[in-house]
Amino acid sequence: MTRSSAIRALLACCLTGLASCGDGERDFGGPRENRLQPVELVLMENGRPDPAVLADEQTVLRGNGEEPETLDPHLAQGVPSSHILRDLFEGLTTESPEGKVIPGVALRWNISRDARTYTFYLRRDLVWSNGEPLVADDFVYSLQRALDPGTASSAATTLLPIQNAREVLAGEMAIEELGIALLDEFTMQITLTGPTPYFLGLLASPVAYPVNRKNVEEFGDQFSKPGKLVSNGAYTLSEWNPRVGIELVKNPNYREADSALVERVIYLPIEDQSTEVNRFRSGDLDWTFEVPNNQFKWLQQHYARELVISPWMGSYFFGFNLTQEPFIDNPSLRMALILSVDRQILTEKVTQFGEKPSFALVPPGIDGYVPFSPEYADWTQEERNHEARRLFEQAGYSEDRPLRIEIRYNTSDNHKKIALAIASMWKQVLGINSTLVNEEFRVFLQNREQKVVTQVFRAGWISDYNDPYSFLELFRTGHGLNDYGYGNSTFDALLDEAGKERVRARRERLMFEAERVLMSDHVVIPIYTYVTKRLVNPHLRGWQNNVMDHHPTRFMFKLKSRAPGSPEPQAEFAPDTPPATEAQPRATGDPEEPTPEQAAEPVLADEEESQ
Amino acid sequence: MIQEGILRHAATRLLGLIPTLLLLITIAFFMIRVAPGGPFDSEKVLPPEIRANLDAKYHLDEPLLQQYFRYLGQIMSGDFGPSFQYKDWTVNELIARGFPVSATVGGLAMLLAFVLGTLIGITAALKQNTATDYSVMGVAMLGISIPNFVIAPLLILGTAVYAGWLPAGGWDWSWQRMVLPVITLALPVIAYIARLTRGSMIEVLHSNYIRTARAKGLPERMVIRRHAFKPAILPVISYMGPATAALITGSVVIERIYSIPGLGSYFVQGALNRDYTLVMGVVIFYGIVIIVLNFIVDLIYAWLNPRIRYDEAS
Amino acid sequence: MNSGVELKDQGLEIKDPFAAALAAEDIRGRSLWVDAWHRLLKNRAAVVSGFIMALMVMMVIFGPMLLPWEGDFTDWDNTSTPPSAQTGHWFGTDAVGRDIMVRTLEGGRISLLVGLVATLVSLVIGVSYGAVAGYYGGMTDRVMMRIVDIIYALPFMFFVILLMVVFGRHIVLIFVAIGAVNWLDMARIVRGQTLSLKNTEFVEAARACGVDHQSIIRRHIIPNLLGVVMVYVTLTIPQVILVESFLSFLGLGVQEPMSSWGALVNDGAQDMESSPWTLIFPAMFLTITLYCFNYIGDGMRDALDPKDRT
Repeated sequence: MTRSSAIRALLACCLTGLASCGDGERDFGGPRENRLQPVELVLMENGRPDPAVLADEQTVLRGNGEEPETLDPHLAQGVPSSHILRDLFEGLTTESPEGKVIPGVALRWNISRDARTYTFYLRRDLVWSNGEPLVADDFVYSLQRALDPGTASSAATTLLPIQNAREVLAGEMAIEELGIALLDEFTMQITLTGPTPYFLGLLASPVAYPVNRKNVEEFGDQFSKPGKLVSNGAYTLSEWNPRVGIELVKNPNYREADSALVERVIYLPIEDQSTEVNRFRSGDLDWTFEVPNNQFKWLQQHYARELVISPWMGSYFFGFNLTQEPFIDNPSLRMALILSVDRQILTEKVTQFGEKPSFALVPPGIDGYVPFSPEYADWTQEERNHEARRLFEQAGYSEDRPLRIEIRYNTSDNHKKIALAIASMWKQVLGINSTLVNEEFRVFLQNREQKVVTQVFRAGWISDYNDPYSFLELFRTGHGLNDYGYGNSTFDALLDEAGKERVRARRERLMFEAERVLMSDHVVIPIYTYVTKRLVNPHLRGWQNNVMDHHPTRFMFKLKSRAPGSPEPQAEFAPDTPPATEAQPRATGDPEEPTPEQAAEPVLADEEESQ
Repeated sequence: MIQEGILRHAATRLLGLIPTLLLLITIAFFMIRVAPGGPFDSEKVLPPEIRANLDAKYHLDEPLLQQYFRYLGQIMSGDFGPSFQYKDWTVNELIARGFPVSATVGGLAMLLAFVLGTLIGITAALKQNTATDYSVMGVAMLGISIPNFVIAPLLILGTAVYAGWLPAGGWDWSWQRMVLPVITLALPVIAYIARLTRGSMIEVLHSNYIRTARAKGLPERMVIRRHAFKPAILPVISYMGPATAALITGSVVIERIYSIPGLGSYFVQGALNRDYTLVMGVVIFYGIVIIVLNFIVDLIYAWLNPRIRYDEAS
Repeated sequence: MNSGVELKDQGLEIKDPFAAALAAEDIRGRSLWVDAWHRLLKNRAAVVSGFIMALMVMMVIFGPMLLPWEGDFTDWDNTSTPPSAQTGHWFGTDAVGRDIMVRTLEGGRISLLVGLVATLVSLVIGVSYGAVAGYYGGMTDRVMMRIVDIIYALPFMFFVILLMVVFGRHIVLIFVAIGAVNWLDMARIVRGQTLSLKNTEFVEAARACGVDHQSIIRRHIIPNLLGVVMVYVTLTIPQVILVESFLSFLGLGVQEPMSSWGALVNDGAQDMESSPWTLIFPAMFLTITLYCFNYIGDGMRDALDPKDRT
């Protein structure tokens, strides 16, 4: 058994009822009025927090859902591992606390006229956590490794826009033929198959992170273990105890090590949501992965300061299987079912956490894209139900010829509740007797893919990058996740065109049109757009809500506690606004913030250039 | 005589272990493969090229029988292979880290249950059909009348969240983090052991030799301790074999609610994630543990009950 | 005789503790049943439990018919409301506005049904398997018991999860899945009993008269096992109900909108602080039932085993 005395000491010191971390006070636990509150944030002239308000011990404990499947950035796919990897590594680009793409290892870049060739100019003098210099060749090696068939990375799909990536993955081309070229020690070029406006965002994801060649070659598939892993991000891996915790400590060799205030981050895998909340309440955690679905009212009453809710880049919907009865060639029936779902009730009474009712596929919040909104979005539910009944009859169903359908979902409390609610609405409005079919996840995936037994099924998509294309491509004819059996050549053609289009505005118009086509074919039942919901220690600041739900620890810091009994500043938390949505100044005064002349060029060429 | 018999019995038992394990491996191997879905299915896009690479890397593209023999060959050398789900860890590593945790919590729970259970059982038997009997047994029976996934969160709320005496979960080998899991795990076992002890104690107390001992004027405590205790716990001992095996290989409920890194979750997670190697590893490990424990139980039983001989037919 | 078999003959292999005592029990005549019945009636805990269970069964069968709510009716005006006579939800409602009272009673039907049917499944498999093994003895017995050993060494959870995953979540499968893993104890007990039965005079007499093996097992062995089996059944039902609740915890329980006490208790346990009524009522029903079955089982065991007589 290897076990870390560090983690043990730390966890032990955070035991409720024993001496706790930091200033020796207990932040949490017990009834709400006993909890200590942070002092007010004071900023210095350079925008950084005043050291006087910072807690002595800068350790952050983050709940992290399931045990991460791997810390090899090129294999990692899950949300838990990507949270950790964002702290460990830095790609050519990286993200600001607001989730915007900013220069990372690359200081600046040029994009060619045809938007297919990216030239990256790397920062000089950067080093790995072991002190070795970080050069462009490291990235060439790493991208090649990620796409090497022998690596067998499923995350490599993210890199498919790179020229010849698909052929290399299939083993049809040598790895050297990838569209990646080394120009000099600090300059490299990536060539893409077509214009990909979100490509810079993709480079900030784990699969595009650099790994240290010597490190990988020395330890093989064991290189991601503590004591071995060499990384280039703000933190290094110091301890990993499976299903207990992962401890990262600050990397003194990181380019902005001075501005990273948190000295130590501990990621705790906690699968059970109620357990996670209980551990947060007893002071074991500063940041939860999520919160239980049913407890909105209760949490809002008891943990209003800590509860943080924010929009997320994801859509929740149910899909129709268009290849089987009763939905094959039956748009009236599908429309009737879509109309008779009362999204207001679903979001206000069932999910409750501020999810937004949705009537289309792409969630709001993507830069520059205004999602399609169908006509019925503006109707009252009464009108929708009325129209639904008309369409239902038109489709040939009535009391004498009732419809029986199956609603299929995978095991989850939330899916269950929503499926129940939808079934109940269909019964009340259209008199449909639906059967709920709850399947274990992998059985569910297989059934969905085979399109034989499914009728109406739970679907949804949370995007890895900030682009409508991520949502729309799922409905292309023959796409691996097109479990609906949808095929519309107009739709495919629009997406093809959008894939080639270099002008942002026109590209967005094409995608809007594609979304319109998709929604008028009634392929999915839009329900709501996702929100992230979690509890956060009010002492923990420096992070900001963003639609990607990416929160690198290096921007965070912990405030001191107010002495017990001192008056509470009134204005800080207005009753209606959740605490975290208030604007928080950036914690970093980035000296290397790109100056106007070195700043990245606009992602796509301007409109006038391309006629 | 007894020594020799036990040795011979041990040898037969250990030899019998091999075909048992082989069958166990075969059944488990094909059962998990029959389950729909594979280890790399997810809700993400997985182009066929990548799928092929993954299958090739983990030999999933070979015919099933070939995979079976490959697996048999591999475990001959004591290697359970890499986990499909936790890619940085081998199954051996995961078991080596998980088992000590489960064994500690389970072992302590068994110890607690044995001590409390027999105490409650004997007390109830001595005061048979009195208020004491009904009340201690009634309390003990709570353990098998309320599911542990209700008891565990209640304990957390009471002792951790509100009182702040103990941590609400997690694992660091400190006693504070063991208290609640051990208690939760022990509760139903206490109830079973108490019932068993009560039943057999009553039976023993009415047997002739106890009557004789009493008639000889031996003090009651002496009668209980010297003569009644050993035979009375015999059924408890035979119950303890499989029960201990179940406890020390971990409980998914306890591990999930207290976030403890034991073995129990791997049975469930491994099966649900189709992590073929992991689930096979823990199943085989469990098989060995239960066979070994049953053997130990036999030995203890023989030691406690001298009427049993291993060497001759009666 | 081989030492391993000999060992089993001593009752060592019998894993169910209650069977250990029973295995040694002799065959008795008709008066045994009358005696036992009288003894059972004297056991106050068992009688009270029996009465409560009868009441419980009536309630879960007829209760839902008398209530104004349907089990799957979602009352959108009253989601997650505490018990109240005003709303008509006496036990409160769950997160989608379903009445907890009617769901508890309907869940009781499923729980009791699972308890009963799964136990019967294990009974049928276990009794026939054990009786055959014990009666034929020798090689047959050894092979059959070795198979039981192997299945014993398979972790139960793995077994049930795979059964549920492979064959889907139909309620019949829950019966079969639980029954299929629970018959092992039964088989062992019955085998032990049969071993001692087969050498009794009446079996030997039957054999001497040329009665074939199957008829002997059916007519003479199995009826004489009835006492053991009945005790075992009452003690298995509560275990099976708990197993079903464990399956619900794993998310492998009965299909919505059907429910069981286990599923309801599991749902309620998630929200025990925010809406305690969703936990308390189903948990109360479940706990009372488990208590009662255990007391009835204990009572029957005491009644059938005269050594316990005071």
